[in-house]
Amino acid sequence: MTATAPPPPLKDDLDIVIPTIRNLDFLEMWRPFFQPYHLIIVQDGDPSKTIKVPDGFDYELYNRNDINKILGPKASCISFKDSACRCFGYMVSKKKYIYTIDDDCFVAKDPSGKDINALEQHIKNLLSPSTPHFFNTLYDPFREGTDFVRGYPFSLREGVPTAVSHGLWLNIPDYDAPTQLVKPLERNTRYVDVVLTIPKGTLFPMCGMNLGFDRDLIGPAMYFGLMGDGQPIGRYDDMWAGWCTKVICDHLGLGVKTGLPYIWHSKASNPFVNLKKEYKGIFWQEEIIPFFQSATLSKDSTTVQKCYLELAKQVREKLGEVDPYFVKLADAMETWIEAWDELNPAKAK
Amino acid sequence: MSHISIIDDEVDIVVGALQPDLSSFMEEWKPIFSRFHLIIVKDPDLKEDLKIPDGFNMDLYTKSDIDRVMGSSSTAISFSGYSCRYFGYLMSRKKYVICFDDDCVPARDSNGCIIDAVSQHIANLATPATPFFFNTLYDPYREGTDFVRGYPFSLRNGVDCGLSCGLWLNLADYDAPTQVLKPDLRNVRYVDAVLTVPSRTMMPVSGINIGVNTELVGPAMLPAFQLVKEGKIRWETVEDIWSGMCVKVVCDHLRLGVKSGLPYVWRKERGDAIESLRKEWDGVKLMEDVVPFFQSVRLSKEAVTAEDCVAEIAASVKEKLGPVNPVFARAADTMVEWTKIWKRVRRPSKVQRQ
Repeated sequence: MTATAPPPPLKDDLDIVIPTIRNLDFLEMWRPFFQPYHLIIVQDGDPSKTIKVPDGFDYELYNRNDINKILGPKASCISFKDSACRCFGYMVSKKKYIYTIDDDCFVAKDPSGKDINALEQHIKNLLSPSTPHFFNTLYDPFREGTDFVRGYPFSLREGVPTAVSHGLWLNIPDYDAPTQLVKPLERNTRYVDVVLTIPKGTLFPMCGMNLGFDRDLIGPAMYFGLMGDGQPIGRYDDMWAGWCTKVICDHLGLGVKTGLPYIWHSKASNPFVNLKKEYKGIFWQEEIIPFFQSATLSKDSTTVQKCYLELAKQVREKLGEVDPYFVKLADAMETWIEAWDELNPAKAK
Repeated sequence: MSHISIIDDEVDIVVGALQPDLSSFMEEWKPIFSRFHLIIVKDPDLKEDLKIPDGFNMDLYTKSDIDRVMGSSSTAISFSGYSCRYFGYLMSRKKYVICFDDDCVPARDSNGCIIDAVSQHIANLATPATPFFFNTLYDPYREGTDFVRGYPFSLRNGVDCGLSCGLWLNLADYDAPTQVLKPDLRNVRYVDAVLTVPSRTMMPVSGINIGVNTELVGPAMLPAFQLVKEGKIRWETVEDIWSGMCVKVVCDHLRLGVKSGLPYVWRKERGDAIESLRKEWDGVKLMEDVVPFFQSVRLSKEAVTAEDCVAEIAASVKEKLGPVNPVFARAADTMVEWTKIWKRVRRPSKVQRQ
């Protein structure tokens, strides 16, 4: 062969955060793409269980005992028995970028049959600008082989920094329980070769299965809420983080991209179990969505933390009327920020 | 999702003829066009006779028809060049109007199959749009997909779609400066998606490959914004960009949708980007004023039809953009004139605000 290959991009600037309650066998398939990077494993459930990490990976692992030790009483904001606990990994990371992936997600193939390096695509998405202020009909203009179309104002062609890269899933799509019940056999087989910026002022359902973000730009907004054990709701953790994140990104002039890369989602969770978890969420989201769609942040909220605390207040005031859960959640949002700033003092402004 | 039955009787295909010999264009589209009624409008500036092959159900309109229909208003509105197609919209009596530039032919998808761009536009227009919340699996009504987890149920009925914007393989719709900087840039990426452009998000609508529900937004498809040195190459015009933004504002206000993505057409090589750049790049400069205006324009509660909306937009253009450049003041006047003509010639749009 010729000269040595370039080092993996952002090798020392990115952590891969993986929540798990079962095992990490899936990492074997990802080894060619993930091995150069540092892993943060967040072990949910029984802390006395040993989760084996495949040899050759550089990692740190936290179970519930570690979380309680590190955060003390503030550990109350980290969910138990729900993959929402992954956000603890974001908090303890010291890197600029995070990639998070579920332990039932594998390497997918593109239409030519080639294995998709999802991490590489997320990095490309995060390192190139977003265009939230005006829609480009040829999608991401910074991708190779494309550009801004006729009529796109030149003053908007620099774009804004990208805070979030939201990837998708082939095979088992991310449907809610009712849809899963109606269409148990539907599989996502359509490879859509696109990355695009979600426009400013538009909300979306953010899935945490295959997600990258810039911790410096948006990290404190990536709180995955109170889910799982002892909570009235589940499977809305990433949704909640996504709505908060989008409102804050829109306010701070940051971009959110969605589309490539695809991963292969192998496990269809039980729709009846999901329905029980989502049940309250299905009703509550009818109140939650208008809340986020009309949320405005003050000019004085110039950092992510300030934005987030302002949102927490609004959650308590407005959504607190829907259910007392939201009062608890607002408290947890504030606890999260306190904990974040304690563990990340240099970054707190 | 539900099967869409396309009623051919509800469709007109409008083609603006900017070149005299339409033979190869029509022959290439014949398998797709032959089921439908065609309206061909000859650019009034074109001196030569049009060459059109037989075998189509069509009506042809030329300068004399335009003059006759426009009557005393014939000097108020220019149907020169790409704007000649708007006369076709005016003459159409159908709900769906699909329009292609005369330098486009059917494209092939990633399996090598010919794309029926007309059927795809109809499918886009006949299925709901989802402008109020973004679905990460794109159009949820397409076969093999749906709304994702976290998509509010109250928004899953969607709203009516007013406009379907298609794309282009080979020569994409770039502006002249871009094509000059990247002369070899050709669009080879087939993106298998249709998506709704969210409410309150503006976009550049290209007239090259487009479908319209004229009952919903017809009056907003208007030949109002013509550059001083507008030419016969797409790099030398922005009339469609203006018209498209009017339609988007109307749709946002009336709670209708605009879709973008499939279908693709194959756009043939034409023109010289450097020549166009030398001649005219006012359009590029004017976008800096046009875009912020359309992003901020808001219509009143009383505007409940497309005509009402256009009238309010025109008034706002006159007031806010008129002082910036005379081309805007002219555009505002033309919009008002157009609404009058539309009312006179076609039945008014029947859609009330949803």
